[in-house]
Amino acid sequence: MSTLPQGLHYVASHEWIRDEGDGTVTIGVTDFAQEQLGDVVFVELPEVGAELASEDEFGVIESVKAASDLFAPVSGEVIEVNDQLDDDPELVNSDPYGDAWLLKVRLSNVAELEGLLDADAYSALCDGE
Amino acid sequence: MSETLLTTPFYSMHLEAGAKMVPFAGFDMPVQYAMGVKQEHLHCRAAAGLFDVSHMGQVRITGPSMEAVALALESLIPADYFNLAAGRQRYGFFTNDNGGILDDLMVTNAGDHFFVVVNAACKAQDISHMQSHFGDDIQLDVLDDRALLALQGPKAAEVLARLAPEVMDMRFMDARPVAILGHPCFIGRAGYTGEDGFEISVANDRAEALAAALLAFDEVEWIGLGARDSLRLEAGLCLYGHDLNTETTPVSANLVWGMQKSRRAGGQRAAGFPGADIILSEIAHGPAQRRVGLLPEGKAPVREGVALVLADGSVIGTVTSGGFGPSLGAPLAMGYVDSVHAAVDTQVFALVRGKQLPCRVCKMPFVEQTYHR
Repeated sequence: MSTLPQGLHYVASHEWIRDEGDGTVTIGVTDFAQEQLGDVVFVELPEVGAELASEDEFGVIESVKAASDLFAPVSGEVIEVNDQLDDDPELVNSDPYGDAWLLKVRLSNVAELEGLLDADAYSALCDGE
Repeated sequence: MSETLLTTPFYSMHLEAGAKMVPFAGFDMPVQYAMGVKQEHLHCRAAAGLFDVSHMGQVRITGPSMEAVALALESLIPADYFNLAAGRQRYGFFTNDNGGILDDLMVTNAGDHFFVVVNAACKAQDISHMQSHFGDDIQLDVLDDRALLALQGPKAAEVLARLAPEVMDMRFMDARPVAILGHPCFIGRAGYTGEDGFEISVANDRAEALAAALLAFDEVEWIGLGARDSLRLEAGLCLYGHDLNTETTPVSANLVWGMQKSRRAGGQRAAGFPGADIILSEIAHGPAQRRVGLLPEGKAPVREGVALVLADGSVIGTVTSGGFGPSLGAPLAMGYVDSVHAAVDTQVFALVRGKQLPCRVCKMPFVEQTYHR
């Protein structure tokens, strides 16, 4: 995997999590995920204020091929949503770790970060798929 | 992989082209290539796309006379093949006793035989259906030794004419034997994308050479099953097993255009096909549901299996195909709704993830067909 940034956390459902160090995280989907999805045409995200529970569905990414559920990698309150994806869903393909971030979340349990995968572990998981 | 998948003669070419292969109707088929579904779709509408459709069934039908074969076909298909001229092809569908559709197919009068192409998933069933209903004097030959390529798009004719100039004389639904670079082919000017184009039947041992010759032109790229589906959906064309099945009749599917007047009430060879009483009655009185085009008003795709409801939540139908149309630049769908709600511009709602997404019943095709008539 050539473009897997170090310093992020990952989960097996192919979301990445960036710890902002202030009790909040930014969440997106990985390059591996966007590659599997194909051309993204629509992203459905929760409203600001929504409460996420780890491993629950929180949204959907639709590609030309299919709809794929998004699963919350952590628990917490949604504090910001990337509205730009309404107009430019294809950002998920072109910049999955940057402009195509999905949500910012205030963690309800900072300890959940401990259980997430690092880049190497996630990379090994992708190699197995 | 536990099941053994069949491969087409183009298998190694697909892998070389970076195809993602998926099981489809018992074959290992390319769903997309390196370009990806969206770009493949747009390429086909802008230049020329090459599709491996060798998984489809090709059958040669002969008998004591062409008339006898035509009448045999007409005993199972409510189309007029008796008056189909040599060198012409015509769409049709096998019906069952309830008026439902068993498969759709393309039938060609090839002069001294009929040539039919059926869907891959229905191939075995179609062949046994014909064998059990046709008399002993009708011979079916399954052409397992032949591949099938489709060359589709605005540049298809120009490209193919560089190898076989006579294809320029063909119009939509013409079909004839043509030699391409010395390879004997049987070509029909038709397809499944809404674009002008050709379907080319060629012997398996000539198939790779022919595909390579076509791909040598800059205009031509392989197109996978993913884009084949979005192209046909934009063209408003049905996919068997999704938009058509044994529960849908030709009338509810809006395919009565595929039943020529001779087979309808008052026609010279009216009825005489399975389910004729039900189908002819539906033509006279209207079907309970109709296949319609649907344009979601938002950006979310509305996919197969989604329920269609009125504002009060009452269910009036189901989506049978849906997704995103790269040329349309928007989501699109087709489905069946109760006939009273089938008028163009009727607002209905698609139930997606617990939300009612507004959709408008629309005319099809979604993208203009560009057949060379």
